Amino acid sequence: MDLTVGPNFFFWDAAAVRQFYRSLADAPVARVVLGEVICSKRLPFWQDEIPAAVETLLAAGKDVAVTSLALITLKRERRLTADLIGMGLPVEVNDLSALRHIPEGAPFWVGPLVNVYNEGTLRWLARRGAVRVCLPPELPLASVAVLAAAARELGVAAEVWGHGKLPLAISGRCYHARLHDRAKDSCQFVCGEDPDGRDVETLDGQKFLAVNGVQTLSQSTASMAWQVERLRDAGVDALRLSPETGDFAALCRGYADRIAGGLSPEALAARLRGPLSDGFLAGSAGVEWSGVRA
Amino acid sequence: MPAAELPTMPRALALAIRPLPLLPLSVALGAVARRMTRSHPSMLKRLGDHGGKRFLIDPTDLPFVLLMVPARASVTALRRGERTAHDARLAGPLSAFLAMLHGAEDGDALFFSRDLTIEGDTSAVLALRNAIDDAELDLSAELAGAGGRFGTLIRRALERTERATGLALHRMDDHGEF
Amino acid sequence: MMELVCPAGTPAALRAAVEAGAHAVYCGFADETNARNFPGLNFSREELAEGISHAHARGAKVLVAINTFPRAGAEAIWHRGIADAARAGADAVILADLGLLAHAAEAHPDLRLHLSVQAAAANPDAINLYASAFGVRRVVLPRVLTVDEIAAINREIDVETEVFAFGGLCVMAEGRCSLSSYVTGQSPNMNGVCSPASHVVYSEEGGDLVSRLGGFTIHRTPKAAPAPYPTLCKGCFTSDEQTGHIFEDPVSLDASHLIPQLARAGVSALKIEGRQRSRAYVAQVVRAFRAAVEAEAAGQPMPASALARLTEGQAATAGAYAKTWR
Repeated sequence: MDLTVGPNFFFWDAAAVRQFYRSLADAPVARVVLGEVICSKRLPFWQDEIPAAVETLLAAGKDVAVTSLALITLKRERRLTADLIGMGLPVEVNDLSALRHIPEGAPFWVGPLVNVYNEGTLRWLARRGAVRVCLPPELPLASVAVLAAAARELGVAAEVWGHGKLPLAISGRCYHARLHDRAKDSCQFVCGEDPDGRDVETLDGQKFLAVNGVQTLSQSTASMAWQVERLRDAGVDALRLSPETGDFAALCRGYADRIAGGLSPEALAARLRGPLSDGFLAGSAGVEWSGVRA
Repeated sequence: MPAAELPTMPRALALAIRPLPLLPLSVALGAVARRMTRSHPSMLKRLGDHGGKRFLIDPTDLPFVLLMVPARASVTALRRGERTAHDARLAGPLSAFLAMLHGAEDGDALFFSRDLTIEGDTSAVLALRNAIDDAELDLSAELAGAGGRFGTLIRRALERTERATGLALHRMDDHGEF
Repeated sequence: MMELVCPAGTPAALRAAVEAGAHAVYCGFADETNARNFPGLNFSREELAEGISHAHARGAKVLVAINTFPRAGAEAIWHRGIADAARAGADAVILADLGLLAHAAEAHPDLRLHLSVQAAAANPDAINLYASAFGVRRVVLPRVLTVDEIAAINREIDVETEVFAFGGLCVMAEGRCSLSSYVTGQSPNMNGVCSPASHVVYSEEGGDLVSRLGGFTIHRTPKAAPAPYPTLCKGCFTSDEQTGHIFEDPVSLDASHLIPQLARAGVSALKIEGRQRSRAYVAQVVRAFRAAVEAEAAGQPMPASALARLTEGQAATAGAYAKTWR
C-alpha cells in the first residue's frame, strides 16, 4: 500500500502552492494529483505554478496526474477541461463530463468525487479506460472490500480516502460569498482568507462543517490511522492524503511510517489536527472516530 | 401549502363532553378501529414494524387523549395527565387530526405551521401519516357503518356537526361525499 | 404542452395526481432502490402494477425511480427493480448510477431510460455522454443551473430535458452530497434518505423547539415560529461571528412564474417534487400546475391566483434559475 496526495481543495496563493509542491518532492508519496477542483475562478491566480510543480514532482520520481473540476457548468470550464488532455499527463476525472474529452481507451484516473459505489460502475469505467480509482469517502469497509477485489480483477488500482477534511458536497452556490453577503460573480476571492476552509458550528457550539467556496467539507479531519491493516487486508492499493496547511511532508512521513509498521495508530493520530473521524469506513456515521477523543 | 385556518373545538362542546365516561368511549373507538383495520388491510402492511408502536394522540382541545396501537386495532381513551408509556406523541387541535385523516390538509404543512407537534419516534409518526394518507379513510362512513341500522341517522348527525363546527368529519377529496 | 411529471408516494397519491391532471407520475419501490425511501411510503410490486394500469387507462404515464446507487455486492436488488418495473409496464425508469444504466441498456434494450437528477448531469458533455453510452432519452437537470444555462444546454443536446418546478430544494448538486451520512450514516446515494426521521429528535428547551439530527443541533425555533423539518443544509448554524442559514433558508422552490421562460429554453417536462407529501398536497399542486402549463401552451398569461395559494405563508424561491441565488 502506498500514498497519493490529492489535489488541494483550498485557495492558496502562488507562493504557498510553490512551497507545497517543492516540499512533496522529498516526501514518501508515490503520486500526486494537482490542479483546480473547486472553482475555476481561482485558477488564474496560481496556474503558472503548475508546470514547475509537475516538473519537480516528475523529476523526484512521482506519478503525476491533473484533475478536472468537480462541477463543470460554464463554457469556459468545458474548454478548460478539454485543454487538460493536452497536458500530456493522466487526467483525474472528478466530473464525469470530463470523459467526453478523453479519447475512448486512453487511460485516466477517477477521483473521489465521482460516484463509484458498485462493481457495475467500476467495470464500465475500467472498460472506458480507468486505471486508478479513488473510491468515494462515504463507503463503508464492506463496500470497499468488494470494490477493491473487483478492481484487482479489472486491473484497476483502488485508492481510499486516507487523510483530510471530507469533501461532503458541491453546489452551484458559493457559501463563502454568501457569508460575506456578496454575489458569486463578485466574490473578491474571499475564500482565500481561509486556507483550510471556514468552520461552521451548530447553535450549541458543536464543531460541524467547513465551507470552501462552493464546497462543503467536514470540520473533522478523516484519518485512516486506525484502519491501515483492515484496508490492506481488503486489498486497497493506496491511501489518499488531502492537502492542508502546516508541515504536509511530515504528515506524509507519518502515514508512510504507519503503513510500514513503524508508528502506532495512537502515535500517528497524536500528530494530527483534531477533531478526527473515520466513521464512514468503520462507524455508524461519518463523524465517528475509532480512537480516543482528544 | 398553507394550513388553512383550523377551527378549534367550541369550548361549550368540549365542556359538554368532559364528563363522558371514558370506558364506553374506548369500547366504541375500539370497534371503529377494528372495522377500519379490516376494511383497509394495506394500512397495517404499509406501517410495517411501526404498526406495533404506541401512538399517543393528544387532541389539545378535548379533555382526553387517545392511546393507539394500530397492529392490535386498539384505541384507549385516557384522561389528559394520566401517565402512560408511548413511543410517539402527536398533539394538536382535533380539527388538525381530522383534516389530515381525511386528506383535507397535508401533514407536513400542519407540522411546518406548528398546528401539529410531534415527539418521540419520528419515523413511526411518518409511517403512520403515510399509511393513513394512502388508506383514504372516511370517519363518517366508518362510524355510520359501525352504527348498523342507525347508520343513516349517524351520518346525518355527523353532517350537521361538520357544518356547525367546521371540523372535517368525512373524506374531503373529490371522492368523499355525504 | 410541457409534460407535467408528478410525485406519488402512495397508490392514493398516484390516483390523486392522475385525477388532478398529471401527464406522468413518478414513484418508486418500498426499498432502498429509490431516493425517497421513507417509512410508510412507496409501492409494492402489486401496487405498482395496479397503479400503472390505473394511470394508463386515463392516459397518464408512470415513471419508476430506481435512482440510488446500488450497494457493492448487492446490485441484484436494483437489477430486479428494473426488471419488475419493465414487466409491470412502466413507461420509463429513472436511473442515476453508471453501472445500473449500463445494465439496463444491455438487459432491457426496449425500456426507456431517464437520467435522474441524482446523476447531476450539469452540462452538455455529461448529457451527451449518457445519451451516447446508454441511449438515455431524457435528463432531469440538477438544480444548480440558471434558465439561460438550461437554454444553452438544450441547444447542444438531442435528448429531452426535465426540470424541477415546485417543492423541496436541494442546494447541493444532487447525488453528490454526503452531509446526511456524515451525521446519521444514511445518505440519499446509498439509502435513499436525507436527514432521516429515525435520527431526528425534537425537544422543548426554554420555550424553543429544538431539532437535532444525529445529535447535531439543526434548528432552535421560538414558540409560534414556523418549524422547518431538520434537513441538514437548511439548518441554522454559526461561523465566526455570523449566525444564520449558511447554506439555504428553509424555503421551497416555486418556478411557476418561470414556466414561459423554461418552455422557451426548450424544456420538455416540469417536475414537481414531493413523494413524501400527502395526496391532498399532490392534488392541489398538480391542479394548479396543469392549469399553468395549459395556459402557457395556449399563449395565455400564467394563472397567478391559483399558484399564489400554494406558496402563501411559506417562503418560496426561484432557486438557481435566477442567477442571484448563487
